[in-house]
Amino acid sequence: MPIHEYCYPNGLVLVAEPMQSLESVAFTFLLPVGAAYDPIGRAGLTSMTCEMALRGCGNLDSRQYVERLESLGIETGEAVSVSHTCYRAAMLADHLGEAVRLYGDLLRTPRMPVDELESSRQVAVQEYRALDDELIQKVMVALRRGHYPEPWGQSHHGDLEGLSQITLEDVRDHFASGYRPNGTILGVAGKFCWEELQETVGEVFGDWQQGEWSEPEEGDLKVYRDHLTHDSNQTQIAIAYPSLPYSHEDYFQAWGAVGVLSEGSSSRLFTEVREKRGLCYSVGASMRSLKSHGSVFCYAGTSADRAQETLDVIIAELLELSKGIESKELDRLKAKMKSSLIMSQESSMARAGALARDWYHLNRTRSLDEIAAEVDRLSPTSINDYLQQHPPGEFTVVTLGPQSLEVPDAVL
Amino acid sequence: MQFCKHELNNGLQILAECNSDAHSIAVAFCVNTGSRDEQLAVSGVSHFLEHMVFKGTDRLSVDDVNQQFDQMGAEYNAWTGKEHTSYYAVSLPEYQDQVVNLWCELMRPALREDDFQTEKQVILEEIRMYDDQPPFGADEACEEDYYGEHPLANRVLGTEQSVQDMQVDAMRAYFQSRYSPQNMVLTAAGRIDFDALVASVERSCGMWTREAVERETRTLHAGCHQRVIHRSASAQQYVIQLSPGPAGDDNRRYAAHLLVSLLGDSSGSRLYWELMHPGHTEQISTHYYEYDDTGLIMTWMCCDPESAEKNMQKIHSVYDVAQNNGFDEAELQRAKTKFNSRLVLSGERPQNRMLSVGLGWIRDRRYRSIREEMEAFNAVSLDDIHNVLQEFPLTSCSCTTVGPREEIAWENVVR
Repeated sequence: MPIHEYCYPNGLVLVAEPMQSLESVAFTFLLPVGAAYDPIGRAGLTSMTCEMALRGCGNLDSRQYVERLESLGIETGEAVSVSHTCYRAAMLADHLGEAVRLYGDLLRTPRMPVDELESSRQVAVQEYRALDDELIQKVMVALRRGHYPEPWGQSHHGDLEGLSQITLEDVRDHFASGYRPNGTILGVAGKFCWEELQETVGEVFGDWQQGEWSEPEEGDLKVYRDHLTHDSNQTQIAIAYPSLPYSHEDYFQAWGAVGVLSEGSSSRLFTEVREKRGLCYSVGASMRSLKSHGSVFCYAGTSADRAQETLDVIIAELLELSKGIESKELDRLKAKMKSSLIMSQESSMARAGALARDWYHLNRTRSLDEIAAEVDRLSPTSINDYLQQHPPGEFTVVTLGPQSLEVPDAVL
Repeated sequence: MQFCKHELNNGLQILAECNSDAHSIAVAFCVNTGSRDEQLAVSGVSHFLEHMVFKGTDRLSVDDVNQQFDQMGAEYNAWTGKEHTSYYAVSLPEYQDQVVNLWCELMRPALREDDFQTEKQVILEEIRMYDDQPPFGADEACEEDYYGEHPLANRVLGTEQSVQDMQVDAMRAYFQSRYSPQNMVLTAAGRIDFDALVASVERSCGMWTREAVERETRTLHAGCHQRVIHRSASAQQYVIQLSPGPAGDDNRRYAAHLLVSLLGDSSGSRLYWELMHPGHTEQISTHYYEYDDTGLIMTWMCCDPESAEKNMQKIHSVYDVAQNNGFDEAELQRAKTKFNSRLVLSGERPQNRMLSVGLGWIRDRRYRSIREEMEAFNAVSLDDIHNVLQEFPLTSCSCTTVGPREEIAWENVVR
């Protein structure tokens, strides 16, 4: 099935992939405003704007809006990342047109009621405070802040001071500049008729006025070390190091190297850290991509008295990777990828999000066939060449727990 | 969709919901055993055993197992609960025989001493990991108060002490007594070749011997306990409330599922509007769990410590109003639509259907298609919901809270 792509005159991009074996359809709106766009002194503004947009729109108040979605059986979700605000919905195919119209109201004519500002602030404050109890999230927030250039390391949670300062005017201004068609991507996947979808989206969003905007500067990745003291059983270990962004021509080489490290139970980290030594329950590594920076993030959580050994073993495995991978390891990774690609055709929600993110990074979509071909082309030689040129290093290390750890000499 | 079933001579049931449109297959062994079937001295053995199954057989090492699954590109895992232990793999249809053969082989694990000692460290790490995460053991503490002598009080992971003290021989004995073919089912969904599935399982499991297996069921005498666990390192206050609900074989379970959705779904429910939307809580939700001899309704809340009593009072008021005045038809209709939509959306993935089919069969030896499940939910009336509330009042509950608060003014919570 072809992937449909259309750019409306106001800049809104619609990308849609039919999945006719499904009864459902899902969509993802990626709006070009994330935590990196929070103004100085207003950390958390993008999250509060997202929350306020949900509180009634068009001729419906917030309760009527939620009840309308529920009466159609539309499942929804929203999230703020560093680069985007994302609104998602999944439903039975018959309700797609109605859902697009409801989201048209939400994204274009939210009421932003003054009497809901304080409750929206309280929602954000509650989430900020809860972060202190979510130790894995907390260490990853600190890792991103240390590793990425400002403002790309900012957390969507904001901070208490920023949240306390936000006014209704701030929210309305932020909405006016961030919620606009140019830069917005709508990804759709599942059961739909392309002509009808294209027409409906045009009717709802065609006269949406463009706004002016610019992305913050890209900056350079940083090397950073920190320890957050916390009275916990386990020490959380988070490591980041530079890799390639999703748009880079060698991205799949970098992806293959990380896959050998962490994909599946036969991967190196799982085998060395958990299976052989029993050091922890969870350990892993994955690729993360901003538009211009790619990174590898690693994570492990383990008892304080075994944390140093765990860090040492992980760093040793990262360094060992530069010596190369074996063909058996790559064969397993290819099998895993082939399965994942085919199975992704069973989830309209996941596919809709992937299409929108593809467009953000590449200005086009990647079909599942294209990804499969990229993975097929990988060889141990091509990945090892990449690893020789880009050996893991320049590690940012953040730990959280009762005692700080020593980063091994080899990487200082 | 076509439902197929077959029973081996030794009692092992093979079930499949075959869907020729699916892209994948999902296969699971569901064993009718969990923490409620454990003696206190081996608390956590069901879960520990679940980990040990991945360590291989007399013929396969742990590396062999991991590499074989990964070579098939399979997604595989397992989990343990109070009543069931399930092992699953999702893969492309072309690997059906290999995936099924591997799981069948693993269901007769070697349980080697050295693997046992290494994995014990992983289990201890898992216990410590959960102890560091909300609600910091308050759920288990509340269950112990609430269930009292009932075996559902047993902790799934056990305790650091029980796991530390456990011997491999005790695990082997538990395995022998619980993993009998008539105490487990092999369930599958997706693009399954059922004849080939039966042939594979017959070849690999046909020689397993049948052993008698029983589960102790007991009448629950649920009290109304209150407990405060002081934890100064926490930022937020967490509250767990437990009260009885219909058991798994009780037809009122459909009404109970809709009831908790009306009261405590993550969006659009009564508690959502009363507590989440105004920003009084970070999280508030109501859940319903079905067990063999009882059901459990759990309310879960996270909020700032100072507001704990005020919010608990609000929960009580929401439940009190529902018990006295019930719900309206439009509200119920929305809850049904939401439920049915979720059933269809989640049913598009074979791995979700696999478990519904398998655990449903263990419950009452019946297969229910998605359509039959939807019809059962659609048949629930306002009276049915009201009757569940009268029979299982949510205001009569056990409550545990954990967080920075040293004391709670309970007298300000329950009228």
